[in-house]
Amino acid sequence: MLILTCPYCGVNAEETELHPGGEAHLARIGPNGTDEDFESYLFARKNAKGVHFERWRHAYGCGKWFLAARCTATLQVFGTYRAQTPHPPADIVDAIRKARPDWTPDWTPAEGIAE
Amino acid sequence: MSHVAFRRDLPQAALRVGAVAAMVQATRSLRGTMPDTPRARRYSVFAIAREALRQHKGWTRAWASPEPKSRYKVIVVGAGGHGLATAYYLGKNFGITDVAVIEKGWLGGGNTGRNTTIIRSNYLQDPSAALYEKARSLYEGLSQDLNYNIMFSPRGLIMLAQTEHEIRGYKRTVYANNLQGVQTEWLDPQQLKAKVPIINLDGPRYPVLGGLYQARGGTARHDAVAWGYARACSDMGMHIIQNCEVTGVETEAGQVRAVNTSKGRIGCDKLAIVVAGHSSQLAAMAGFRLPIESVALQALVSEPIKPCMDVVVMANTVHGYMSQSDKGEMVIGGGTDGFNNFTQRGSWQHVEETVRALIETFPMISRLKMLRQWGGIVDMTGDRSPILSSTPVGGIFVNCGWGTGGFKAIPGSGWAMAELVAKGTPGPLAADFGLNRFREGRFIDESVAAGVAH
Ligand SMILES: Cc1cc2nc3c(=O)[nH]c(=O)nc-3n(C[C@H](O)[C@H](O)[C@H](O)COP(=O)(O)OP(=O)(O)OC[C@H]3O[C@@H](n4cnc5c(N)ncnc54)[C@H](O)[C@@H]3O)c2cc1C
Ligand SMILES: [Zn+2]
Repeated sequence: MLILTCPYCGVNAEETELHPGGEAHLARIGPNGTDEDFESYLFARKNAKGVHFERWRHAYGCGKWFLAARCTATLQVFGTYRAQTPHPPADIVDAIRKARPDWTPDWTPAEGIAE
Repeated sequence: MSHVAFRRDLPQAALRVGAVAAMVQATRSLRGTMPDTPRARRYSVFAIAREALRQHKGWTRAWASPEPKSRYKVIVVGAGGHGLATAYYLGKNFGITDVAVIEKGWLGGGNTGRNTTIIRSNYLQDPSAALYEKARSLYEGLSQDLNYNIMFSPRGLIMLAQTEHEIRGYKRTVYANNLQGVQTEWLDPQQLKAKVPIINLDGPRYPVLGGLYQARGGTARHDAVAWGYARACSDMGMHIIQNCEVTGVETEAGQVRAVNTSKGRIGCDKLAIVVAGHSSQLAAMAGFRLPIESVALQALVSEPIKPCMDVVVMANTVHGYMSQSDKGEMVIGGGTDGFNNFTQRGSWQHVEETVRALIETFPMISRLKMLRQWGGIVDMTGDRSPILSSTPVGGIFVNCGWGTGGFKAIPGSGWAMAELVAKGTPGPLAADFGLNRFREGRFIDESVAAGVAH
C-alpha cells in the first residue's frame, strides 16, 4: 500500500486517503497558446518508467494538493513537497540522486530553485 | 460506418468433427494466396487420431524461434495479441511477409495473457462500434481461420444498469447499436434474473434496474489467441523473436531506419509500435510523446465451482465484472489504480472494493476462496479510446491506448493496423483513431455511456 506524507499537515496518508492527480509541473497554456501547446499541456505525458513527479490531493485529510517524487518501476517514494514550485526542490533532487545515481533531471538546474 | 453481418453459421470449436472439412477448405484457400514457406502441421481430428496411435510423439513446435535477420520490411514491436494480429493481417491481407515481431519477454506474456477475456462490441460512438464489431465478428470465425482453437464462447454479455442514469445511458446505447448494425437489447430486471439466477436484484446500495445485453458477446481463450496468431505468422515465414528487448529507435532525416535490441541492430522500412503499457517508452526512443499514462489493472479468480453463471456480467457503476471460466473459476475484474505504475502489481484495496461490490450483487460468492490475483499495466489515453496512427516520425506507426479493454479488439485492431502500415494511411476502421484527434479536439469519448471497464 502506497503511503505518502502530506507536506502541509504532516500526516502519513495511505492511498485510500489520497486522490491521484497525474503528472506534476505541467506548464499551463493560456488563450494565446497554439494548438500544439494545448495538445501537449492537456494530453501528452512523459509517463516515465522510473522517477516520476506527480500531483496528489490529501482528499480525506486537509484537502490540499501536494506533489510527490516516486519511482513508477519500483513504487519507491523519494519524498513529497508543496505544490507551489515549478520544479522539485533541492532536497528531493538529492534524495532521488542518492537512490538513483544515473538519474538526471530533465530541467536545467538553474530553474530548479525551491521556493 | 460499416455494417457488419453476423456469422452465426460458423461453429465455435475448431476441432469439432463437423467443422474439420470446412476448416481444411478455408485454410487451403488461405494458403493459396501465400508464398511458399514450410507449412505448419495442420490441426484436425485426423491429426489427433494419427498421433494417438503413436503416443503423441509426432507433434512439432507451433512456431519457429529464428535468430533475427539484419533487416525486415516491417518490424512489429510487441508480441501481444495486437502486435501478432497486425503481423498476421499484413501477411494475409497485403501479402507482406518480410516481417519480424520482436518481443522482450515471451509472446502473450503482457496484458494479452493477463486479461479477463471479455469480448463485446456494444459501444456508443460509431467509430468504436465499427472497430469493435469488426473484431467481434472476426472472432466468430477465428478458430477456423487460424486452424487453432481459440475457444471463442459467445455466451452473451450483460452490462448491469444500477442507477437511473445508467438505464438512460444503456437504452441510448441499444438505439445507437441498432443503427450501427450491432445487435444488442435492453433487459428488464425479470428477464435479467432469468438469465442470471444467482443475481440479487434488490440493492441495498445498488439495485439491479435492468441491463444492456449482447447475445453474441462472450469470452475466448486469451493465450490461444496469441498462440494461434503466432503460429499462423510463423507459418507465413515471419520471424517471431522472443526474449529480445527493443532499446532504441534509429531515425535519419525524420524517417525510421532501424531498432536497437538486446540481440543487436535490426534494420526496417517500417516500424509498428504495439507495446501497450510501454508505448510511452518506445515513443520516447523515437523522440515523441503520447497522450498515454500507464496504470495497473488487476484481476482475480476463485476456486473452481460447478457451473452457476453462463453469461458474462459487468457492473460498471461499482467497477466489477465476473464470468465463469470453463474450469469453473469465477473470473473477476475491477477498475484501474489511479497512479502511474509499471510493476504489474496493483493496490490491494482495489481488489477489496471490487469484491465488496460484487458480493452484494452475487451473494453466493461471499463463500468462495480466491485462488490467484495478478495485475497488468494498461495504457490509458486521454479519451479512453485507442490510438491507431502514424506518428511524427516517417515509417513509424503506433497501435496502443487499448487500456482496460483491448482483448476484445485484437482481430479488428490487427486488421485496421495492417492496412495503416501497408498503405501508410488509415482505412475507414482506423481513420478516426489517429493521434491528431487530441490536437483537433475530436475525441471518441466512450468513458461515459459504454462504461470504462472492459
Ligand atoms: C487485469 C486485466 C484485465 C483485462 N480484461 C480485459 C477484458 O476482459 N476484455 C478486454 O477486451 N480487455 C481486457 N484487458 C485489456 C487487454 O488485456 C489489453 O488491452 C490487450 O491485451 C492489449 O494487448 P497488446 O497486444 O496491445 O498488449 P500486450 O499483450 O501487453 O503486449 C505488448 C507486448 O509488448 C512487449 N514489449 C514492451 N516493451 C517492449 C520492448 N521494449 N521491446 C520488445 N517488446 C516489448 C511486452 O512484453 C508485451 O508482451 C484487461 C487487461 C488487464 C491487465
Ligand atoms: Zn494534508
